Amino acid sequence: MKTIYMDNNATTKVAPEVLEAMQPFLTDRYGNPSSAYTFGGKVARDIREAREQVASILGASPEEIIFTSCGSESDNTAIMSALSTGKDKMHIVTSRVEHPAIKVLCNELAKQGYRITEIPVDKEGHLDMDQYKENLTSDTAIVSLMWANNETGVIFPVEEAALMARDRGILFHTDAVQAVGKIPIDLQNSAIDMLSISGHKLHAPKGVGVLYVRKGTKFSPFLIGGHQERGRRGGTENTASIIALGKACELAAKRMEEENTRVKALRDRLEKDLLNRIPNSRVNGGGAERLLNTTNISFEYIEGEAILLLMDEFGICASSGSACTSGSLQPSHVLRAMGVPFTMAHGSVRFSLSVYNTEEEVDFVLDKVPPIIEKLRGLSPFWKPESQVCASET
Amino acid sequence: MWEYTDKVKEHFLNPRNAGEVENANAIGEVGSMTCGDALKLTLQVDDKGIIEDAKFQTFGCASAIASASALTEMLKGKSLEEAEKITNQEIAGYLGGLPKEKMHCSVLGRQALEAALSNYRGEPQKEQEGEIVCECFGVTDVEIEKAIRENNLSSVEEVTNYTKAGGGCENCHDTIRELISKVREEESPVTRPKLSNIQKIRMIEETIDREIRPSLQQDGGDIELIDVIGNRVLVATRGACAVCKSSELTLTHLVEAKLRELVWPELVVEEVKE
Repeated sequence: MKTIYMDNNATTKVAPEVLEAMQPFLTDRYGNPSSAYTFGGKVARDIREAREQVASILGASPEEIIFTSCGSESDNTAIMSALSTGKDKMHIVTSRVEHPAIKVLCNELAKQGYRITEIPVDKEGHLDMDQYKENLTSDTAIVSLMWANNETGVIFPVEEAALMARDRGILFHTDAVQAVGKIPIDLQNSAIDMLSISGHKLHAPKGVGVLYVRKGTKFSPFLIGGHQERGRRGGTENTASIIALGKACELAAKRMEEENTRVKALRDRLEKDLLNRIPNSRVNGGGAERLLNTTNISFEYIEGEAILLLMDEFGICASSGSACTSGSLQPSHVLRAMGVPFTMAHGSVRFSLSVYNTEEEVDFVLDKVPPIIEKLRGLSPFWKPESQVCASET
Repeated sequence: MWEYTDKVKEHFLNPRNAGEVENANAIGEVGSMTCGDALKLTLQVDDKGIIEDAKFQTFGCASAIASASALTEMLKGKSLEEAEKITNQEIAGYLGGLPKEKMHCSVLGRQALEAALSNYRGEPQKEQEGEIVCECFGVTDVEIEKAIRENNLSSVEEVTNYTKAGGGCENCHDTIRELISKVREEESPVTRPKLSNIQKIRMIEETIDREIRPSLQQDGGDIELIDVIGNRVLVATRGACAVCKSSELTLTHLVEAKLRELVWPELVVEEVKE
């Protein structure tokens, strides 16, 4: 059975060009970049090039790039560094819809006595900028806001928010894991101090990430050890993956145009036709500015895990914000923060596309999903055919 | 992704008896959309009290659908008395087991069955028994205690897996812990009846006379009970024991061990030097 992969916000396929670039570093070119001899030194040169490639997609300079093991490490490093360099500041500002790498860390820090303010969002997922502004205080050590939401694709005005933080002398971090390669970023001309990237969200392998730290920002390392990354992150470089991430950034920059036209068109068609074919469905965050590849659709009166497993029978991969999928008993914290009613939140499905998706795949999904929804609604005690509301009426 | 048995997958992909029985004379509805799962069970019971037909409608995940499908299969052809005895473990067992986080799906089946049977008997809709403990999922202390008792649960996590209680804001975790200890206490009859002081002293004397003194006397020693204060047993050693270097060992290994075994497990023997 063919896999129809539409879960690219979870992880992505390693691009063939990326695999080709990294392969020598898994075979012949295994030297340690810190070694004195040419065999290692040459690898250091390739890492330098990768660093430049990453810096280039961010509009940053190479010395501002720290390679890490993943997006979560980058997020943790940013927050912990701000707290340890921030003297006695005990306050963190973040949002209600952050990734667990920030959200759960902040919960832990709250137990240690830090004060955490989670800025709410409205029903479309927009950040409450008034509350944000009011909560920036002289005690605030750092602001951390995601650039684009992984579940809904809703984009936060991080550049504007960063300026407000800078005006008050507060460090600003953004988790840009979902944004890089989809949204043009120019850090030279922004007030963002730190930014996290994850390799496997943009067609590099898992196990590599980046933390951008603006030149002149006070920094305290999270992983302590050797002199690697200029003493800012200990541990022998994950050479193959770093090379891969460099290549992936170069590719992503070239493909941004295609993402914004062809992939967006695929997403729009998938979204529009699903809504047309399936009554009582709606897009979560549909009224906000969103990532071009993501659509989060709720199908009323049914439950998401059942939808995913029936799609799985056809090889269709997507994810859901339902309670049952997550392993917790409550639906996604993002959808709850947006006030999506429970009748809708349990039946949410996220499709996230990439440049590797095709028109045929969208046709296939459009063909298979409506009968799945109908089947499950047929089993549901809440579904009455007369309660049908067409998408255009909601 | 959850690890479901083939039987769960099969019942999920091809649910048996989905829908509503026409002219049902036993209907049970439990759960709600807010809670994330709900089940409506409709049964046709004949004059002899045999379940002729059973159908279900479910809002929920794969294991909720499979549990409901399994339950209807189990019910068909059973007498009401037999049906009454079906437990949530049996529903899970019919499916070759459920992931522990999904046991509440089988509990939902059992609850729907209870509701349908009392509906058949014409009992008024049961008023909610007990007090709501878990506000997030509307679970009462009565339901939680029942799940603890019937499934022998011993942690908050297990209670959440079976009843959902505690799976939301977690504010009720302390109350759930108290309910677990309450049920545990009810179940384990007090290991020993409490001894009155007089009983305790008498038993200590008897034990010394019968179990301890004879063996000491064999070695030319003896022991005398001076006093008992709470769990402290004050004794004095006589004869050979009084000068024996290992009398301390004798006291802890022989005297204290015997008294703990035969009288009360918390006794401490202390030697009184005169």
